[in-house]
Amino acid sequence: MAEVLVYVDHVDGAVRKPTLELLTLARRIGEPVAVHLGAGADTAAATLAEYGAVKVLTADAPEFADYLVVPKVDALEAAYNAVSPAAVLVPSSAEGKEIAARLAVRIGSGIITDAVDLEAGDEGPVATQSVFAASFSTKSRVTKGTPVITVKPNSAAPEAAPAAGAVEQLAVSFGSASTGTKVVARTPRESTGRPELTEAAIVVSGGRGVNGAENFPVIEALADSLGAAVGASRAAVDAGWYPHTNQVGQTGKSVSPQLYIAAGISGAIQHRAGMQTSKTIVAINKDAEAPIFELVDYGVVGDLFEVVPQLTEEIKVRKG
Amino acid sequence: MSLRIVVCVKYVPDATGDRHFAEDLTVDRDDVDGLLSELDEYAVEQALQIAEDADDAEITVLTVGPEDAKDALRKALSMGADKAVHVEDDDLHGTDALGTSLVLAKALEHVGYDLVVSGMASTDGGMGVVPAMLAERLGVPQVTLLSEVKVEDGKVTGRRDGDAASEQLEAALPAVVSVTDQSGEARYPSFKGIMAAKKKPVQSLDLSDLGIEADEVGLEGSWTKVDEAAERPARTAGTVVKDEGEGGKQLAEFLAGQKFI
Ligand SMILES: Cc1cc2nc3c(=O)[nH]c(=O)nc-3n(C[C@H](O)[C@H](O)[C@H](O)COP(=O)(O)OP(=O)(O)OC[C@H]3O[C@@H](n4cnc5c(N)ncnc54)[C@H](O)[C@@H]3O)c2cc1C
Ligand SMILES: Cc1cc2nc3c(=O)[nH]c(=O)nc-3n(C[C@H](O)[C@H](O)[C@H](O)COP(=O)(O)OP(=O)(O)OC[C@H]3O[C@@H](n4cnc5c(N)ncnc54)[C@H](O)[C@@H]3O)c2cc1C
Repeated sequence: MAEVLVYVDHVDGAVRKPTLELLTLARRIGEPVAVHLGAGADTAAATLAEYGAVKVLTADAPEFADYLVVPKVDALEAAYNAVSPAAVLVPSSAEGKEIAARLAVRIGSGIITDAVDLEAGDEGPVATQSVFAASFSTKSRVTKGTPVITVKPNSAAPEAAPAAGAVEQLAVSFGSASTGTKVVARTPRESTGRPELTEAAIVVSGGRGVNGAENFPVIEALADSLGAAVGASRAAVDAGWYPHTNQVGQTGKSVSPQLYIAAGISGAIQHRAGMQTSKTIVAINKDAEAPIFELVDYGVVGDLFEVVPQLTEEIKVRKG
Repeated sequence: MSLRIVVCVKYVPDATGDRHFAEDLTVDRDDVDGLLSELDEYAVEQALQIAEDADDAEITVLTVGPEDAKDALRKALSMGADKAVHVEDDDLHGTDALGTSLVLAKALEHVGYDLVVSGMASTDGGMGVVPAMLAERLGVPQVTLLSEVKVEDGKVTGRRDGDAASEQLEAALPAVVSVTDQSGEARYPSFKGIMAAKKKPVQSLDLSDLGIEADEVGLEGSWTKVDEAAERPARTAGTVVKDEGEGGKQLAEFLAGQKFI
């Protein structure tokens, strides 16, 4: 069976959920071969094998952390040359898309980004995309070269399928371009202990209606009662009430959770672009005319400072 | 020596309009008004600030797009760019990201540049891949997704806010930069700027000027193919209740019914 390269997104060997989804999707079109760059391959290998990786190609070098993007492209290209895969799958993060883009140029292959589903087709993998602020759904395929496809988080439920997961060292020679952009300093983002926004099953977002950074704990308390991630609209982010890394929408994160709760958010097209594929949508807004109500499964017209704390209390009671 | 800045700007269908697909499954551009991609205004803004800080700089705005794409160039010129280059050719219809980056790269080499500035993503395709592709094709550093950017002593530095960390980046010119909408509000064109833009030069180039064969681009030359495009069923509005004091409890009841609690 044809092999499919899966680029592994991880933090020191802790494999992130979108990669497990990719392994699951990869099995529909071939045998997954995982590419793990940087530290922690030993830890990662077991997880990757559990989710179906027949092989784990690993490389570690200071270049991956010291320079932007290109060293990782060099390594993925080396894996591509070693395997001659039927497709290359990369998680749709900002960096993932850049890695995929450069690889596509190098190997002369077409690229599809932000796929939300993937299936085998007669002429290669068929990718479903959700476009125009999720108002259209398209099916596309790559017609030249080896399909390079980036897949959005929450596109599949990870399924365990134990495989050999044999770890092999990947020989990488870094090209002259690899040291072009130096990372001179790095400030890690502080962990909040809450789930990752793009991976969370439930997201609770606050907008301009939250009316101040000092009120965001109201949103956080609801999120914590549900084990959810916290999101924000751009209006809330621009006002400095919540970090930009939590922004949901066109220029923020695109989320696709089981449940999305929008509190004090009007539902502008750019916000919808980032949340409209959520399975269940709930909104709390004091304006009955707010466009967000056009998409909700359940909406409450009311003051979020009344509704949200009452909801949080009720959830706590029900959860005992 | 003058710093040659080229800003890549895209002409896109208005996102608030009713966007849809044409017969050939390319985006129907005839039915919707177009405009300069709002995210490219941030690129123009940063280019203007970099030019203001430099002793001597010249800003060219570059687009690949249909006849109407001149509107996007005029907007950028009215914000303060010096001149414009428009790559326009009937054979470009349906060009995908790889094709677009090929044309842009050839045009950049044709025009000459020290610094290329792009937006973080277009507001229509939104792939966020063209700047990285340009850096790959041109063989120059990519300094992308910057929320802060500075050019000094032949070097570009900037801040990239990623998921896991915020990074400070540095590269030597020539380089490709892309900026996010966190980089700073774009200025509005002044009346004077709008008047001045009318007199600024707009150079038109076609594929033969750039030495690109027609079959390398367009729908036929595309590396990807859209087989189906279906309008998603509009979400039918569900239950909306008015809070009469029990709104939170009613919502909890709904969430419990859906097994979220
Ligand atoms: C190029 C571009 C990219 C963009 N990208 C994004 C993006 O990624 N994400 C994004 O979110 N936006 C984005 N925007 C901005 C977007 O257009 C909207 O301006 C933004 O989403 C509005 O945020 P909001 O809904 O919080 O604020 P508003 O539109 O001001 O809505 C606030 C809502 O809160 C309600 N409200 C007020 N007080 C209360 C209360 N006490 N209880 C209940 N409800 C209350 C009001 O009725 C109102 O509906 C982008 C815009 C552009 C041009
Ligand atoms: C809904 C939709 C879905 C699509 N899906 C795919 C797909 O899956 N695969 C595919 O190959 N193509 C796809 N396309 C085609 C896509 O529009 C073109 O490939 C596009 O030219 C490049 O991608 P982008 O617009 O997403 O640019 P991005 O990579 O998002 O653009 C980033 C920056 O590059 C610069 N730039 C981009 N295009 C131009 C231009 N024409 N002129 C000047 N500067 C520019 C701008 O500075 C812009 O801010 C899709 C188009 C649409 C509308």
